[in-house]
Amino acid sequence: MNSIILYAVLAMCAIGIVAAIILYIVAQKFKVIEDPRIDEVVEILPGAHCGGCGFPGCRSLAETIVKRGSLENLNCPVGGKKVMGEIAAVLGLVAEEKEPMIAVVRCSGSKSNAPVKVQYEGASSCSFLNQLNAGESGCPFGCLGQGDCVTVCKFDAISIDPVSGLPVVDNDKCVACGACVKACPRQIIEIRYKGKKDRRIYVSCVNKEKGAIARKNCSVACIGCGKCVKVCPSEAITLENNLAYIDFEKCKLCRKCVKECPTGAITELNFPVSKEMTKVTSEIEA
Amino acid sequence: MKTFKLGGIHPEENKISAQQPIEIVPIPQTVYIPVSQHLGAPAKPIVEKGDLVKTGQLIAKGDGFISANVHSSVSGKVVKVDEVVDYSGYRRQSIIIESDGDEWVETIDRTPDLKRECALEPKAIVDKINEMGIVGMGGATFPSHVKLSVPQGKKAEYLIINGVECEPYLTSDYRLMLERGREIMVGITILMKGLKVDKAMVGIENNKPDAVRLMKDLSSEFKGITVHALRVKYPQGAEKQLIKALVNREVPSGKLPIEVGCVVQNVGTAFAVYEAVQKNKPLFERIVTVSGKTVKKPSNLLARVGTSINDLIVVAGGLPEDTGKVISGGPMMGRALSNTGAPITKGTSGILVMSEKESKRKKTMNCIRCGRCLNVCAMGLEPFLLANLSENQSWEEAEAEHILDCMECGSCQYTCPSGRPLLDYIRVGKNKVAQIIRTRKN
Repeated sequence: MNSIILYAVLAMCAIGIVAAIILYIVAQKFKVIEDPRIDEVVEILPGAHCGGCGFPGCRSLAETIVKRGSLENLNCPVGGKKVMGEIAAVLGLVAEEKEPMIAVVRCSGSKSNAPVKVQYEGASSCSFLNQLNAGESGCPFGCLGQGDCVTVCKFDAISIDPVSGLPVVDNDKCVACGACVKACPRQIIEIRYKGKKDRRIYVSCVNKEKGAIARKNCSVACIGCGKCVKVCPSEAITLENNLAYIDFEKCKLCRKCVKECPTGAITELNFPVSKEMTKVTSEIEA
Repeated sequence: MKTFKLGGIHPEENKISAQQPIEIVPIPQTVYIPVSQHLGAPAKPIVEKGDLVKTGQLIAKGDGFISANVHSSVSGKVVKVDEVVDYSGYRRQSIIIESDGDEWVETIDRTPDLKRECALEPKAIVDKINEMGIVGMGGATFPSHVKLSVPQGKKAEYLIINGVECEPYLTSDYRLMLERGREIMVGITILMKGLKVDKAMVGIENNKPDAVRLMKDLSSEFKGITVHALRVKYPQGAEKQLIKALVNREVPSGKLPIEVGCVVQNVGTAFAVYEAVQKNKPLFERIVTVSGKTVKKPSNLLARVGTSINDLIVVAGGLPEDTGKVISGGPMMGRALSNTGAPITKGTSGILVMSEKESKRKKTMNCIRCGRCLNVCAMGLEPFLLANLSENQSWEEAEAEHILDCMECGSCQYTCPSGRPLLDYIRVGKNKVAQIIRTRKN
């Protein structure tokens, strides 16, 4: 009886030793030598795996950074300056100065500006509604308001305003990863400079129809009149297919175009109330 | 009685316009003729502003093989070639013609006599069908000449004629069979000749017993045509289901009916082919059922392509006050209109008016895993799973689950006790997966 137990234990030990030797040889033979710095970089990265850097996941970005040995054209939009600085310090590199960016919703077709003409009650999916018809307001370029951008945002930075029916970007939460840009079936959202003191000016419309047609569906549509192009001192505005576009790299935020726009399609954000406006209001009050 | 095996539903038939004879709609003042009324590349306009055209004159030429010619449906002056808002609210290129009467192109034979004999060669028949702009009249509007051009290495055995009309409310094919049965039969013989087959099967659901009887009587006059009554089941009018029901063959996933030696055409197409080949008449008018429980005078109307949907509703007694939805096509597969001013096209089989109450969707609730959608899916798919995968954007998995086999019959959504928008999401997925496959090929 005792000998049976003894043999069994011995046999198991022998098998264990043989297996251990094989495993050791295999482990030595097929050893993958990984740069330890990759793990260090991964530690620093935020770990959101949002894909905003253009790579699938944080590890992938870390591998690329270490492999290339430079930070040129590589940027983590979530971590921003701080994280890139830390990575640069660890690797002994120089971080590129990146202007902070943010997602901008280029449509002002709120429920009051672009009234609902046909009701939609299907699945809440912009891509489906886009496939089906022009949307509730009838504008074939405007926001569909079903929230594909909201679903896709990993940072809870975008939400649909229940009053206007349009998406609103949270200034502090948005990291400009660009997920919403890809999700929007109508290419309404754009990643632009965040701007000094979060001040931004952009054409809040992407409608390429002729002015009269665009205005039928929405009172604040860009009609392609070109007034803003003429008034812009820094040649930042271009007009193509009945639609004005402000180049954020050239724009000096002078606000001349905002005053000039006859439909109010150009939106300014986070500016103090202009002096002229205060004058007008004070006159009215007086 | 024959039918397909897998899945299927039986919605309320509501064929309320069945006893109304085909009525001719007056020619409208202005017609808006879209250049894309078919599946495939849009046709290229060959007329300009100010040109005078006759009824039946070619105004836009098919661009490439999978495309179809478009002909004028009135005689008059081209006012504009411009983008016009279509039924979906999007703008599509259309030719706008102001009518000044109804002068037809001289080559069209307008006599009502039946012309039985066709001396044309098979190739000439297909070319003629192409020239006359014939597309599938069942609603999918696939160019007919493409279906008739059998690819090399394949052989057609059966021509299958679809007289099923399984969509509720619609009666245009039914009326056509009753009133123009003989012409349809001649059309079928022409199609058989074009395809070089000697067997044709006509499938008709047995909720139309008089049509079955009439077509059976007529078929005895023609060689090779048999008429079969089918058990009523939706979606029997779908190609693959009809083939299964009639010849008991299964079209493999992702393949066309020709793979099992079948070509399916609608009875409306057979009639259009008769008119095109024997009478030289292009496809510029069609029969449209205007129906709905609240419609004063449900009708079957013969209307010119480009007539506004509003005009048709007026002929049927006007738009009822409590209308919630106007649908182009049937209640199962049709699409709600954003704009009733849009024109009817070659593929408009019906206009359905629904009251506010009828048109409301069920409230969406959670999936209770009852599996009813699996039972009714005629393609043997798992609709709940496909909808979920699509909602969560798992496109690869959706592809692996054969999302592209879905023909969008809507049985799953119809039967779902939780009122889930299954088909809505499956459609998103189909679109996306098809896009991914296209980019993979390039």
